[in-house]
Amino acid sequence: MSGAVPPGEAMSVLAEYSRSRDLFTNLTLRELRSRYKRSFLGWTWSLINPLTYMVIYTVVFGYVLKVRVLHGHPSGLSAFALFLLAGLLPWNFFTSAVNGSVGSLVAASNLIKKSYFPRALLPAATVASALVSHLIEMGLLLVAVLAFGNYRALYLLPFVVLLIALVTIFATGLGLALSAANVYFRDVEHFLGIAFMVWFYLTPIVYPVTYLHGSTLTLIKLNPMADAALCMQRVLYDGAAPSWLELGALALAALVAAAVGLAVFRRVEPRLAEEL
Amino acid sequence: MSDLDLVASRTRQPPGTETVIDVRDVSKRFRLLRERNSSLKSTIIRGRRTVAEDFWALRDVSFQVHAGETFGLIGENGSGKSTMLKCMTRILTPDRGSIEVQGKVSALLELGAGFHPELSGRENVFLNGAILGMSQRELERRFDDIVDFAGIGKFIDEPVKNYSSGMYVRLGFSVAINVDPDVLLVDEVLAVGDEQFQRKCNEKVSELRKSGKTIVMVTHSMGSVQALCDRVAWFEHGRLIDVGTPKEITDRYLGGVQVDRHVDDGGKPRWGTAEATVTGVHFVDDGGAECSPRSGAPATLRITYETTEPVERPVFAFVVKDLEGRPITGPNGRDGVCIPDRIDGRGHLDVTFDDFVLLPGTYDVDVAIWDEPMLKVYDYRPELLRVDVAPGPITETTGLVSLRGRWSFG
Repeated sequence: MSGAVPPGEAMSVLAEYSRSRDLFTNLTLRELRSRYKRSFLGWTWSLINPLTYMVIYTVVFGYVLKVRVLHGHPSGLSAFALFLLAGLLPWNFFTSAVNGSVGSLVAASNLIKKSYFPRALLPAATVASALVSHLIEMGLLLVAVLAFGNYRALYLLPFVVLLIALVTIFATGLGLALSAANVYFRDVEHFLGIAFMVWFYLTPIVYPVTYLHGSTLTLIKLNPMADAALCMQRVLYDGAAPSWLELGALALAALVAAAVGLAVFRRVEPRLAEEL
Repeated sequence: MSDLDLVASRTRQPPGTETVIDVRDVSKRFRLLRERNSSLKSTIIRGRRTVAEDFWALRDVSFQVHAGETFGLIGENGSGKSTMLKCMTRILTPDRGSIEVQGKVSALLELGAGFHPELSGRENVFLNGAILGMSQRELERRFDDIVDFAGIGKFIDEPVKNYSSGMYVRLGFSVAINVDPDVLLVDEVLAVGDEQFQRKCNEKVSELRKSGKTIVMVTHSMGSVQALCDRVAWFEHGRLIDVGTPKEITDRYLGGVQVDRHVDDGGKPRWGTAEATVTGVHFVDDGGAECSPRSGAPATLRITYETTEPVERPVFAFVVKDLEGRPITGPNGRDGVCIPDRIDGRGHLDVTFDDFVLLPGTYDVDVAIWDEPMLKVYDYRPELLRVDVAPGPITETTGLVSLRGRWSFG
């Protein structure tokens, strides 16, 4: 609570911060623990899901539609599945983080109406729990590309970490704004499903960006998730540093999303308990 | 509240004058959305504006709560007292004015709010504790106390959805009370669980009072206001009417709690919507003449009434109280299965006792007429009759009533 004297104020900000940190950890753990409660395979499900996507997309796009990906240069990799996963895993993380955040306030309405805590922790904890799964997946993918001979991925690890961080910030910003909007308009949840479906094919995940020309290429360049996918493919598949232009565009989008998300959320936050 | 609370209130330090909660010119507006745009379609069709009507739940409320004080918020439903409490917890944000609270706050608004049904009691204690502002380390230190106090025992590792509602609430209370707050905000939640647990809760609250914590409680119970509170704020229609000692405020409040109150000729308070009114109450003999009842003898209580319009299915009720206002019995027409289909004009109702078991002494009688579900009162006349019960066949002298036991040796 706000103290009257400046030192007290500083103390209370510190207290609020440490309190929020513990609560953030607890909310994230709640998400993680409750996700696979009472399921026999438990955590394995979080890996079965992307593996299924991988198999389906590899069969459909790699074999049936015969999408050809170039050999990774300089890594020399030539496996559609690896190319696919490099773009697909960040995308899946992004969508599950945003989808989860959007409903997080409405789902916790009882909590919001009956107790006080910084409300932004709810969408943030959802993103964090999705991030935990994502880190495990990325760890396994890294092992796989190393096993297939892209040793450079090891030196490029800082880029992987940076990319994950940027996607996380981007997803948090969108999650904050959309979760707040969803309190007023429940359409957001439904709209998002369709938007992500379109957005997925506007992102070069199941096809290489080299397939695109002209105006479609320009459209793709406006898509931050395309930058994320291209950068990750560059690092994990090609084994080279990502283009600074794409990295910069992603960073800019992430910062704008975070700023807008926070601004929207702050505006809505004081009235949440009565609007829910 | 129990005697324990009274003892506690006598032995603890008097509250200080240092302001712990400073409420300044607080107003809170709710939008009553009659046609709320909860989908995009309706927003587009109707334009950006929703059809809203403002409702001021609080208007220009200012007061201070001092350190170590137990402060009551009273008022009718919808008077703004709970809104005030929620503003203090920061769940709601006032539209105008400010509220400053010094120290760590814990609120008992709903016990176990935020428990996740699939998670175990243990996991929920940590989650709920964190929501209430406890650090991980504090929680680890207090964990055993929390579980002990709740009496959950080995069930602590079961998912809480398998808990009985009693266990659920006990665990919720136990976490909340162990936050060790400087300021405790309580919203009529203490009336939970079985009697034994309620006793523990009351003891714990008394303990907090004794140790100099500041407590703000919303309550309907005049008993607990008198027993627990040092000062009371009285709310009506979102405005603060008065702040004062429990005695001052409850006297005024009880006299004026109904919106459509009116005062009868004798200056005694009386309230109700007045479609049907109680015109008198007496004990009568077989000939219908006024008399004093005798302890242990047959007696008849006659309630006379009149109506201004036909009244469907009224419920008559009376309460017999001792001179300190403690109710001894309070039967009504629903208990007695005597609800007339309609009354119109003047009339009377008799309640006959084969054996009037009150011991000799002086008693007060409240009389009221309610609608059938007993939600609306047509007329409530507290202490309309002061009656002396004369000595009779009953020879007992201890207490207020005789249970008319027959004594025998086997």
